[in-house]
Amino acid sequence: MARILQLRDAVHDLVHDGDIVALEGFTHLIPFAAGHEIIRQSRRDLTVIRMTPDVIYDQLIGAGCVSKLIFSWGGNPGVGSLHRLRDAVENNWPVPLAIEEHAHAGMAAAYAAGASGLPFGLLRGYLGSDLPKYNERIKFIECPFTGERLAAVPAHRPDVGIIHAQKADRKGNVLIRGLVGVQKETVLASKRSIVTVEEIVDSLEAPPNAVVLPYWVVSAVCEVQGGAFPSYAAGYYSRNNAFYKQWDNIARDRETFKAWVQRHVMETRDFDDYKRSLEQAATHA
Amino acid sequence: MPDLQYTSDEMMTIAAARMVHNGAALFVGIGLPSAAANLALRTHAPDTILIYESGTIGSKPAVLPLSIGDGELADTADAVVSVPEMFAYWLQGGRIDLGFLGAAQIDKYANINTTVIGGTYQKPKVRLPGAGGAPEIAASCKEVLITLRQNKRAFVERLDFVTSVGHGSGPSSRDELRLPGKGPTAVITDLGILTPDPETKELTLTSVHPGVTPETVAAETGWPLKIAPQLQTTAPPTEHELAVLRDLQERTAKAHAGQA
Repeated sequence: MARILQLRDAVHDLVHDGDIVALEGFTHLIPFAAGHEIIRQSRRDLTVIRMTPDVIYDQLIGAGCVSKLIFSWGGNPGVGSLHRLRDAVENNWPVPLAIEEHAHAGMAAAYAAGASGLPFGLLRGYLGSDLPKYNERIKFIECPFTGERLAAVPAHRPDVGIIHAQKADRKGNVLIRGLVGVQKETVLASKRSIVTVEEIVDSLEAPPNAVVLPYWVVSAVCEVQGGAFPSYAAGYYSRNNAFYKQWDNIARDRETFKAWVQRHVMETRDFDDYKRSLEQAATHA
Repeated sequence: MPDLQYTSDEMMTIAAARMVHNGAALFVGIGLPSAAANLALRTHAPDTILIYESGTIGSKPAVLPLSIGDGELADTADAVVSVPEMFAYWLQGGRIDLGFLGAAQIDKYANINTTVIGGTYQKPKVRLPGAGGAPEIAASCKEVLITLRQNKRAFVERLDFVTSVGHGSGPSSRDELRLPGKGPTAVITDLGILTPDPETKELTLTSVHPGVTPETVAAETGWPLKIAPQLQTTAPPTEHELAVLRDLQERTAKAHAGQA
């Protein structure tokens, strides 16, 4: 049953050290504010799941929150590598990072299986790829009807699923529109969930086929205006490509990264304060 | 008409764009494939249906996307679907005519690597982003095009990691693996065009871009490159192709710089 909470309280109550956490978003609606709150509250030893770990996962990993990453494409889209992710995999900095690597179709099937309460996701995939050699959780089974060899991946069942959406109403019903990615499946596959939204409104005015998560499948709804920055929220603001490009320089060097996280995340109260601190830094640069 | 000046990257994108047949449902990878697909849409193939793995079907972006999920792709699409639906109903469902992929490494059977280079899987020399949608795009699209720059680091005898299968280890591999699509039909580079030999499936140089010799292409290839007896020369870019490509890239650069 959805509670309308401050993000600080939602993360405090619902995300614990050692949890399996999925912060999803496929380029669009990435829950940056929630990721920052996890860093701010110094969660540790998290297993994090994400199809496309990008800058917020680079930040979580560099800040030492993560011990395992389950993913299918890790990079800064259109820019290059995630330097913190690489440093963790290659040099165990700041802590060792185990990885479990899939392809998108397998991750999507694993979320859908989790949402369906099934033990595994099924796909015609991974055939001939080396991925199953390095990921023992990708298995092959035979179709009982045709004999076709198909891939099976264990269902994703996160302890906490975290997404960002455009709107919720006062009861906690959530409306997502535009590129909806795997967000619905993530919430339905998770034991607990946090949804940050651009605004809480009296009525969603959702058309009948809209992607709506009913209030009774969501644990917490938090109003965080701009909470997907520097990714985007269709209808509210566009993607800040310049930030993604700047991130490459910030993340490349450990000391620069540490100073950035300390100043802009650890020493800010919340996402509004974070954005103010970025503006201040830009003015004084 | 005076000779047009153009770069080898422009030739590559234009040659890749020409491979797109009008009306194809085209699953587009980000980067070079996306540039070529969007050029095709604006030149000879206006009815191409651009499909991005973020869930957009029939995108008509005004500028090239920086990421696979730029808002522009959704705003201009005929339909936007969830990611599980995209991979299940549309890709595995066999709806896609043509997959368009890039790669970091490729071998002579057009298998590709986008995972790790050098070292071991656990301690690679270079960690690449990983598979994304590529393994199933390479498996399930009816046909696959690959575009990348040609040099010995990219065109290797043996991949460090097989992320996505092209023709496996030869002509019978795709059938043995029961891959639905027919696999890569062309590899378009900044030097020329390679196509799988109909019998052996080994990539063979079938066209060189203007001013490039087959010896140069062979020297940039990490295996003894087979050269087609009737080697063609790629038609140079037309004035129209170049103008459309440059206009697209110029507007893209402006759009992406504009959000500081």
